[in-house]
Amino acid sequence: MTANQVSVFIENRQGRLGQVLSVLKENDINILSISLADTTEYGLLRLIVNKPTEARDVLLKAGFSSMLTEVLIIKVPHQTGALQKILAVIAENNVSIEYMYGLSVESTDASIVMKTNELDKACKILAGSNIGTLTSKDIEAL
Amino acid sequence: MIWAREETLSRAEMEALQLERLQETVKRVYEKVPPYRAKMDKIGLKPEDIKSLKDLSRLPFVTKQDLRDNYPFGLFAVPKEELLRIHASSGTTGKPTVVGYTKGDMETWTECVSRIACAGGASASDVAQICFGYGMFTGALGLHYGLENIGATIVPSSTGNSEKQLMYMKDFGTTLLVATPSYALRLAEVARELGIDPQRDLKVKIGLVGSELLTDAMREEMYKYWGSDMKVTSNYGMSELMGPGVSGECEHLCGMHINEDFFIPEIINPDTGEVLPEGEWGELVITCIKKEALPLIRYRTKDITRLIYEPCKCGRTTCRMENLSGRSDDMLKIRGVNVFPSQIEEVVLSVEGLGPHYEIIVERDGYSDKLTVRVELAVATDSFKELERIEKTVKNKLKVMLGLDAKVQLESPNTLARFEGKAKRVRDLRKEQK
Repeated sequence: MTANQVSVFIENRQGRLGQVLSVLKENDINILSISLADTTEYGLLRLIVNKPTEARDVLLKAGFSSMLTEVLIIKVPHQTGALQKILAVIAENNVSIEYMYGLSVESTDASIVMKTNELDKACKILAGSNIGTLTSKDIEAL
Repeated sequence: MIWAREETLSRAEMEALQLERLQETVKRVYEKVPPYRAKMDKIGLKPEDIKSLKDLSRLPFVTKQDLRDNYPFGLFAVPKEELLRIHASSGTTGKPTVVGYTKGDMETWTECVSRIACAGGASASDVAQICFGYGMFTGALGLHYGLENIGATIVPSSTGNSEKQLMYMKDFGTTLLVATPSYALRLAEVARELGIDPQRDLKVKIGLVGSELLTDAMREEMYKYWGSDMKVTSNYGMSELMGPGVSGECEHLCGMHINEDFFIPEIINPDTGEVLPEGEWGELVITCIKKEALPLIRYRTKDITRLIYEPCKCGRTTCRMENLSGRSDDMLKIRGVNVFPSQIEEVVLSVEGLGPHYEIIVERDGYSDKLTVRVELAVATDSFKELERIEKTVKNKLKVMLGLDAKVQLESPNTLARFEGKAKRVRDLRKEQK
């Protein structure tokens, strides 16, 4: 029930993000969601793409430090309080969220990409609460 | 004022004295220092072959490597019992360069520094604050004894804690400052921050700076901060030769007067070892002719300069060496600390998650040197924590290895230049930035 995210280290230097995006474009990889967190010197670019393994490989080849990270892509209905409800379930079970960002691909549902400190436990919690997730296969099919 | 008569000898008198001392030194070294005797035997040279000062160039060189190979006391010409003091300088792989002093050497050292301090304007009425690190390095204690010998009041405040340094300066009425040029400027900067005007509130009028390059631009800055009437002179030395006291500027600022009755200078082509004619730039080679414990013969300083023999307006007739223009090897002097790229390499290689490539950038940041080490990630990560761990580990290890704070810059793999043959991993931007 998890999905693969591509994580890329990039220096805070003009043009670096553009280089990553060029590599992906040249290899016909579609980006579905993107998050960029930074410090003063460097940042981590996190991507949900249609072909994560291929994306990681071509980025490595292009000289970027990149890897796959297993994350949860949780479906969130377009309703007030929907996200709050999901997070409450996770928090109740003492799982910490390391980071999260949005993903919007379906007309009816939004989604959030989430990295937690305990992946297996989070999976169980979500399954037990009937909260839907998207897998890499789902993403590829989009 | 000129401290010693020897500083004003005629060329003929000086050369006669030098030859006498050189012959005595070579004879003694040949007898008492087996590694050097081996060098002479190898080329069939005997002490008796040194008949004139010209014959100096026939003698084999001594390098820092010789000191390392004979660590710690292998090149000493006296039994250990005769030593009064041992100093050491930083080494690349943990083994420092060890130097020793007999009672006679301590007297020579004190004499040499007294002369340089005097040339720089010091006198018995000065209150001299020594802001060099006391310890195994020769800088602080060298200046300490020399200035004390002149009769100055010594404030051995050592390095660090700029606010306290300024308090001493103000409350004790310091008139003479011993520091690296960058620290002297830093102190002025801190003074301003504390609301102290160095020119109005402090009495510092003499700056004896050393241990790093004093560029003309820095001297101008010194005047700007400390007052245009401040006497700023640079002096030169290295522990292998004795410490500070080998040479120093007089008030005319036209090169550093070498204490020639103790040290014979030569300039060589660093690639061929051939002695260059007077006035040409090259590597400075020094022969110690009055040292007892460690009388190094033709020691290669790796410093690039040139020699001027014309007598100076100050009345001294001793040979002058131009302010240094660089080093013939790759040692860096950062905030007065000797840094070898190999030390940084050692750190980089020891940290998990980094590739073997690195780049060292040294630049001026205000009045201080800034060291940046660029390293490449060899692992991929999704965690800032891990990136911070790598960065901090490098920083901490550099601090332990060099005693310096460095900025660590993480880079993607394959970002840094690769080299075939000799790598150029150092970018020293300080000269371009002055």
